[in-house]
Amino acid sequence: MVRCKTIIAHLSEYVDGEASPELCHTIEQHLRGCHRCSAVYDSTRKMLVITGDERVFEVPSGYSARLHRFLDKAILEGSAS
Amino acid sequence: MNDQALMEKSREPFLIQRIRAGERSHFHELIRPYERRAFLIAYSVLRNQDDAEDAVQQAMLKIFLHLEQLAETDKFAQWAMRVVENEAKMYKRKRHQHLYQSVDEEQEKEGQTKHFHPKQFADWRDLPNEILEQQEVRAAIIEALASLPEIYREIFVLRDMEHLNIAEAAEILGISVPMVKTRLHRARLMMREALSPIFAKPKVSIWERWKGVNPWFAAKR
Repeated sequence: MVRCKTIIAHLSEYVDGEASPELCHTIEQHLRGCHRCSAVYDSTRKMLVITGDERVFEVPSGYSARLHRFLDKAILEGSAS
Repeated sequence: MNDQALMEKSREPFLIQRIRAGERSHFHELIRPYERRAFLIAYSVLRNQDDAEDAVQQAMLKIFLHLEQLAETDKFAQWAMRVVENEAKMYKRKRHQHLYQSVDEEQEKEGQTKHFHPKQFADWRDLPNEILEQQEVRAAIIEALASLPEIYREIFVLRDMEHLNIAEAAEILGISVPMVKTRLHRARLMMREALSPIFAKPKVSIWERWKGVNPWFAAKR
């Protein structure tokens, strides 16, 4: 059986759908028989769903308005030209 | 990329042309789709919201001032975000001029994470979509992100929070594609490790299980 270390090393590739069909097969076979690796895989997937959600990180309130005010002052009033 | 994002992107060379021709007000429209990403990049370097905001402002000004130098106008996004990344790093260096120790600590931390192996193997709960409505969950994720060394934090933000592809991330960070992949993999393992205590299924004791099935206990509550 392939060692856990090898499986973990290729986990990101697998999660991103970039693993070759042979590698996918090896990983899937391993995951079926190894609770630890399967827990790492499953939790990584769950984590990526959460962290990929826009709600995780909100920019500070008023950030956009302050940025455009700053640019207006610096650029449009000509002080930066 | 959704339809709206594609449409905005295809307008960029036109907007750049107009700005170069003197219609400066178009600059606002040009950068609007990248405001959040710029903030996240700066924050991933600086780990402080006020500093990130200052760095983004200075970076956007530089982007405007150097817009003439951009040869491939269809690559505005990568170029602009690279400017933000560099500005944030410069800001950090300035801020840490008298704090060499913390910079050393960061480098040491990066060295320690070269061979990162998972240590937490608990199953995670099923996480409902509404979980991100909880302020404490969002705070825990940001804290986990802040605990990562900078080189891992920045790739995680670009790829797994802002959904850039590997090639775009490589261009912004100025590193090779294989390097992006290696760092991203470690970043994910580290983030998972940091978040495991929060999202792991709780170990249910016999007492807790009994409380769950005993109607008398439920009625007393």
